[in-house]
Amino acid sequence: MALQTQSQDVEKETAAIVDSHEQLEGPLLPILHDVQAKFGYIPEEALLHIADRLNLSRAEVYGTISFYHDFRKKAAGRHVLKVCRSEACQSVGGDKLAEGVQSALGITWHETTDDGMITLEPVYCLGLCACAPAAMLDEKIHGRLDKSGVLALVEEVK
Amino acid sequence: MTLIKEIDYGTRQATSEDTVTLTVDGFDVSVPEGTSVMRASMEAGISIPKLCATDMVDAFGSCRLCLVEIDGKRGTPSSCTTLVEEGMQVHTQTKRLKGLRRGVMELYISDHPLDCLTCAANGDCELQDMAGAVGLRDVRYGYDGVNHVQQREASGELNAKWKPKDETNPYFTYDPSKCIVCSRCVRACEEVQGTFALTIEGRGFDSRVTASVNESFLDSECVSCGACVQACPTGTLQEKSVIEIGQPERSVVTTCAYCGVGCSFKAEMRGSELVRMVPYKDGKANRGHSCVKGRFAYGYAAHQDRILEPMVRESIDDPWREVSWDEALSFAANRLQGLQKTYGKESIGVITSSRCTNEETYLVQKLTRAVFENNNTDTCARVCHSPTGYGLGQTFGTSAGTQDFDSVEHCDVVLVIGANPTDGHPVFGSRLKKRLREGAKLIVLDPRRIDLVKSPHVKAEHHLALRPGTNVAVVTAMAHVIVSEGLFDETFIRERCEWDEFQDYVDFISDPAQSPEAIEELTGVSAADVRSAARLYACGGNAAIYYGLGVTEHSQGSTAVIGLANLAMLTGNIGKKGVGINPLRGQNNVQGSCDMGSFPHELPGYRHVKNADVRDIFERMWGVPISDEPGLRIPNMLDAAVEGTFKGLYVQGEDILQSDPDTKHVAAGLAAMDCVIVHDLFLNETANYAHVFLPGSTFLEKDGTFTNAERRINRVRKVMPPRNGYADWEVTQLLANAMGGGWTYTHPSQVMAEIAATTPSFANVTYELLDEKGSVQWPCTDATPEGSPIMHVDGFVRGKGRFIRTDYVATDEKTGPRFPLLLTTGRILSQYNVGAQTRRTENVVWHEEDVLEIHPHDAELRGVKDGDWIKLVSRSGETSLRASVTDRVSTGVVYTTFHHPTTQANVVTTDYSDWATNCPEYKVTAVQVSLSNGPTDWQEQYQEQSTRSRRIEAAE
Repeated sequence: MALQTQSQDVEKETAAIVDSHEQLEGPLLPILHDVQAKFGYIPEEALLHIADRLNLSRAEVYGTISFYHDFRKKAAGRHVLKVCRSEACQSVGGDKLAEGVQSALGITWHETTDDGMITLEPVYCLGLCACAPAAMLDEKIHGRLDKSGVLALVEEVK
Repeated sequence: MTLIKEIDYGTRQATSEDTVTLTVDGFDVSVPEGTSVMRASMEAGISIPKLCATDMVDAFGSCRLCLVEIDGKRGTPSSCTTLVEEGMQVHTQTKRLKGLRRGVMELYISDHPLDCLTCAANGDCELQDMAGAVGLRDVRYGYDGVNHVQQREASGELNAKWKPKDETNPYFTYDPSKCIVCSRCVRACEEVQGTFALTIEGRGFDSRVTASVNESFLDSECVSCGACVQACPTGTLQEKSVIEIGQPERSVVTTCAYCGVGCSFKAEMRGSELVRMVPYKDGKANRGHSCVKGRFAYGYAAHQDRILEPMVRESIDDPWREVSWDEALSFAANRLQGLQKTYGKESIGVITSSRCTNEETYLVQKLTRAVFENNNTDTCARVCHSPTGYGLGQTFGTSAGTQDFDSVEHCDVVLVIGANPTDGHPVFGSRLKKRLREGAKLIVLDPRRIDLVKSPHVKAEHHLALRPGTNVAVVTAMAHVIVSEGLFDETFIRERCEWDEFQDYVDFISDPAQSPEAIEELTGVSAADVRSAARLYACGGNAAIYYGLGVTEHSQGSTAVIGLANLAMLTGNIGKKGVGINPLRGQNNVQGSCDMGSFPHELPGYRHVKNADVRDIFERMWGVPISDEPGLRIPNMLDAAVEGTFKGLYVQGEDILQSDPDTKHVAAGLAAMDCVIVHDLFLNETANYAHVFLPGSTFLEKDGTFTNAERRINRVRKVMPPRNGYADWEVTQLLANAMGGGWTYTHPSQVMAEIAATTPSFANVTYELLDEKGSVQWPCTDATPEGSPIMHVDGFVRGKGRFIRTDYVATDEKTGPRFPLLLTTGRILSQYNVGAQTRRTENVVWHEEDVLEIHPHDAELRGVKDGDWIKLVSRSGETSLRASVTDRVSTGVVYTTFHHPTTQANVVTTDYSDWATNCPEYKVTAVQVSLSNGPTDWQEQYQEQSTRSRRIEAAE
């Protein structure tokens, strides 16, 4: 029963978001941003509702969502850690940092720690090449990191 | 005979009338402005390597293989996305280009399996062709890197990028490991079919073709039209029949035998085995597209239920006895002749088939007129489009759609009434949706929310969800708005129509009793909606009307057709591209069967049997006197049979028991006859009451012509010998000769010659002309030697168009306390009509039983939940089926299909019919719905009787 109430909520909240963007030219991306901001991911019910309201096929909406790495199909952990995998970071030990963080957290890319606190993701350039290796925790970017630096950041938010 | 390979020009044809001249590899070529460099080269005979381009979809420019060099332009632009310019100098083969193309091919092949020899697409693979064309000899990258090809990595670990084959669709497989992500399938699904069921999931190297939200093809939005399979340049999307049989070695162009769209197909064969049907690009009705039925649902032709030996029995209680053709024919001939001796000439008759060819239909009506010497011929058009014949005949002077299907590309406003094109006429539906995506406006008049009302990228401007049975009131109210608001085209009416009749019509239509406000309560449609829809139709530019059986199958079917004709004449929407009145014909040759004189009062070409000069033409040709008395219509035949005056019937290719209304009455009529001859592929429901069964042939097994809904005469060509031994026209001839007919046709072309010699609108039609032109639209005469795509261009066939009053008279079938709901019936995409064919194909995976659609409100009142067994009762009968609770139907309305004999929806429908033509009122029946726990008594009795009457005696 609880589940049903939840899916009704999703439908209702999504409807309100669509209402506020419907008149835009190309409203899909702004809507998806807001839905993700609201729920932390794009629930299936939201996808179906958006497709219906915008008169798109569910394939089209899914194609759009899957194109962007930042749109999630399921909820992330409480915090999202993105470690840069691009060339500049790699050149100053990015690979080693990535490996170290993975083994310390006990997860690989796109996974969430068992306690649901941290989701680990790769990112391709944060524009922080001068301060490589770089990572981003939630909305905040950090430079000149090593493994212990990253783990300290993680401990701080835990 | 060889395999027909159509040239793929890579991009669509440009329509501009201005031409541009350019040079490709030193050769001059002139093409319409807007043509791509790729297409221009192909026109000059120079083919540029390509993978993502094909002329069924728009250019995309993603494969990077079609690069060219153009003097004065920087870099190497892709030829598919670069348009021609005057004086352009194009080079398609330079050292630089060769290097680039090889490099691109190396990348493709490094992530593609090297199993060409065992791949189903071997010999029909563009990737293979391109590897050859660019001279690929080596793949420097190897095959061990990240890939989508190997299920396991060298280490034995599962490869996360690898995806298994999707074999859920019964007709084709999707093998992601062979996909090069050219997105041709995605674009074909969007641009050609208009379903948008496919997408590219992910990005970069992770990109994969996906159906809907990463679903299996069967569960996704896919409608299995097969456009993606046709578009796929590799073996990724592949017909299962090709996987099973192998590549075809010859092909024959023929015409689909399902609906009235009349799509042209290449039947691709290996020996006498059909490998696949591929829509033919030059087919003028379908322009290279198809639906699930035409492309895939041909398995019935080889189904085990098909009867291949003639059978007879003394009485319908006996089991069938297999006999020789001679014995069956003399049995039939003796009985028929005996009946005529005892009960008179008029005691027997025929029913022609809208599924058979023009030539076959012509011979069946000739059988009754020249051999039986009466006019007792009727056809299933009686139960579908006879009101079209009457209504358009009275107003315009001839019974036929006024446009070709290409006309839809020029519409600005489309009024769809009582038709469901995306299910009933899917290829036309796709062409219509394409035009709607380009901006044309849509008005839908239908009690049910059909897919066109709202589906991806299509939305009707107005959906007038009227109560079943009130078409005439709404159409008349639209005319009222057009006249009272002065939106009519007076110049057109003065020039083209009878002015006096118009004056009279204006008196009638201006009456406030015809206004939208006056009928609001009756029809359930808001007056404001009717007004704005009428304004849009009158003022929106080129306005076309497309209609189906939801208009004709009513007690006022003919009046509704006249009402639509009035709308078109009022607004001048007749006689040019993009306008007109278009009946969407149900069956492949229903237009043809009407043209061929299947009706009891008309000789071929819609000429009344009362006309002595017309009878004279046929009397001379056939050497027998022709009766000037119109014969019996199907319902009259059945009534006469019950009364005991009508005793024998030859039914070719039609299942009247399942398809005609009031099943019990049909059964009683058939049971009262002494000689029922069923000529069909299967022991259909009618055959339960037959004494003689003559095996029929499929459209693949004979020559002939079908005439589609746009009057287009298409050739049907024999691709394999008849499995039953004879084409249907030969069987009719054998029966005629067994009764002393003395016919000597050796090929259907001789029948067509006889049709042309006797029927003015077919005067210039010959098989040679059809082979040369591909197809022609009648009238094809000295005045219009190449046929007539659009009718009534300079004047109506009858001279001046005639306005006729359209008083709304409610049907006698009324709801009341006992039967409070209105039942209306229709079709769905995957099944065809009574399902005799499609139920014997894999199409049943989409629709294995008929269900009753009911509004949640009505369902709740009756305690009905989705999927419950319910009993459906009318004043005529009752049946039971499962409920589907949906708001597609309005409250007070329920809807079902009639594809399955176990449901027998027509047990419920009544014998009310159109006042002018007797077309049955299938679309309105007052019913009650209640919960039930299984089949009704009637269904069980019927099942038992059906099994008993299908027994075949074991051979001795």
